[in-house]
Amino acid sequence: AGPVESKNEAAMSELVPEPRQKPVVPMKPMGINANLLGYIGIDTIIEQMRKKTMKTGFDFNIMVVGQSGLGKSTLVNTLFKSQVSRKSSGWNREEKIPKTVEIKAIGHVIEEGGVKMKLTVIDTPGFGDQINNENCWEPIEKYINEQYEKFLKEEVNIARKKRIPDTRVHCCLYFISPTGHSLRPLDLEFMKHLSKVVNIIPVIAKADTMTLEEKTEFKQRVRKELEVNGIEFYPQKEFDEDLEDKTENDKIRESMPFAVVGSDKEYQVNGKRVLGRKTPWGIIEVENLTHCEFALLRDFVIRTHLQDLKEVTHNIHYETYRAKRLNDNGGLPPMTVETEENHESNL
Amino acid sequence: YTHLLFSRQFSDSAGYVGFANLPNQVHRKSVKKGFEFTLMVVGESGLGKSTLINSLFLTDLYPERYIPGAAEKIERTVQIEASTVEIEERGVKLRLTVVDTPGYGDAINSQDCFKTIIQYIDNQFERYLHDESGLNRRHIIDNRVHCCFYFISPFGHGLKPLDVEFMKALHGKVNIVPVIAKADTLTLKERERLKRRVLDEISEHGIRIYQLPDADSDEDEEFKEQTRVLKASLIPTFIPFAVIGSNQLIEVKGKKIRGRLYPWGVVEVENPEHNDFLKLRTMLVTHMQDLQEVTQDLHYENFRSERLKRTGK
Repeated sequence: AGPVESKNEAAMSELVPEPRQKPVVPMKPMGINANLLGYIGIDTIIEQMRKKTMKTGFDFNIMVVGQSGLGKSTLVNTLFKSQVSRKSSGWNREEKIPKTVEIKAIGHVIEEGGVKMKLTVIDTPGFGDQINNENCWEPIEKYINEQYEKFLKEEVNIARKKRIPDTRVHCCLYFISPTGHSLRPLDLEFMKHLSKVVNIIPVIAKADTMTLEEKTEFKQRVRKELEVNGIEFYPQKEFDEDLEDKTENDKIRESMPFAVVGSDKEYQVNGKRVLGRKTPWGIIEVENLTHCEFALLRDFVIRTHLQDLKEVTHNIHYETYRAKRLNDNGGLPPMTVETEENHESNL
Repeated sequence: YTHLLFSRQFSDSAGYVGFANLPNQVHRKSVKKGFEFTLMVVGESGLGKSTLINSLFLTDLYPERYIPGAAEKIERTVQIEASTVEIEERGVKLRLTVVDTPGYGDAINSQDCFKTIIQYIDNQFERYLHDESGLNRRHIIDNRVHCCFYFISPFGHGLKPLDVEFMKALHGKVNIVPVIAKADTLTLKERERLKRRVLDEISEHGIRIYQLPDADSDEDEEFKEQTRVLKASLIPTFIPFAVIGSNQLIEVKGKKIRGRLYPWGVVEVENPEHNDFLKLRTMLVTHMQDLQEVTQDLHYENFRSERLKRTGK
């Protein structure tokens, strides 16, 4: 079958001519006599959408990338205040580092305030841990593209699901080692390749090894290096939708990468139970903004930009992948009625 | 050293992650984007369709209306006329398109009069399918018909053959909401009888009209602002809605209201004891989201799979 586009073009010329479109009429201003019944109720559509979001729940897929021991699993557990990472799924800390990069996806359903989230944490053990780390980002890029492919296949299916299961990576937290010097070549290579296919949020791990001054200097240096190398991390400047977004996002971009500390242990501080790390010289409180920027990361990723992370993934990264596939194949994959058996072979 | 980037309006009770805030994030984006909705009205001339639309949205969509005489109507075929109005209320923007179908049922032989309507609906599906399959999907416009008010004449004894044929032809393509027009020509008893008759005939002919999703009884919303207290679960019991529309303001008890002045009294459009107008409006407005969803998930997907099967390998 040829490309769908040309067939549709021909079909459309046979259809009825364009309906007579009248110019848009702005709503007449309410007369002075308008009483309460001058209210139509259009705004209730917001409530309807909210109800729908709560009922259907949502998927969120977060990937963590970085060398072993940078606290990735702990940080994810801290972010979601649940045991959702590899660390909590029977993974043994003493296990040998894998020889190649592995991709491990673990799913959990967590609920809060009536909202259900199907959270998938994708861990990448082995990244950056070998002697020769050349191209170690490839399995990761491959995994990300595989999820786009899965979604695309379902979308072009003739009898497609009402809600296509979304396994696409919405957010990739990249862990920078707190050397205090600069980024490593591997960091640059990874982010250069992957920032074009996924939302990357760089974080400085184990930030409790740096003093305030060291932290500030390191952040500035890292930000400069990213800029010089043309690496656009999330929130990308080019996707700011309007002035309001730009102002909000500029502030965030200027404080990134966030220097974080993670913990799943609780201690008593000033009569409150807090997540933290206990050292002889004091307790580092994870959610205390004077100690580290964990709370900023959490608010950013979960409380304000969760939906946007998904939208940028869907509207930008996925569309880019799809457009490439359309061009490569000379058209969409053939849209025959697919049975379960031939589903794989059609592409 | 820390400058607080975010106003800390989120409660930080232990164990609170904060993704419960997601619906607000979705809401904020939707309000920014605004909504689109397309409503089609179908029915014979003179059943008060245009007047009703003006009453529903408190606007005058047809300012310079020209009503053709009978001789002219003989020549006319069904037209499709789309008018768009932008309504903003409490910060929410709605771009409403009303698709009118003048000429429907006017001809002496109305055999083919809904072909044009079917073609129009399919045309919108076709266009959407084309856009959805294209390279650049950033700004797809959704002109698909989300809801069709079908006007039933109050003068008959139930559905006319044309009514049945139309609804059978269209129920797989669009959400049909049957409406009994000019309800002020009927007494309350006559109305009940007609409603029952219409519902029986609908079920007899296997016609699928739009089903309101069940309101969960423990979350049964009450719509107070527009009507005396009306429970969401009761709205379905009024279908088909018996309505009256009016472009005229009449003074009743010192207030100006939309109504029709008769020697024997005033019929008030927005009085729930006079007709179901407010229920119709409440239903429409509170189900816009669902109407769009059913259009997308059911009618459009049916169209799409049929279409793709035809052009496939």
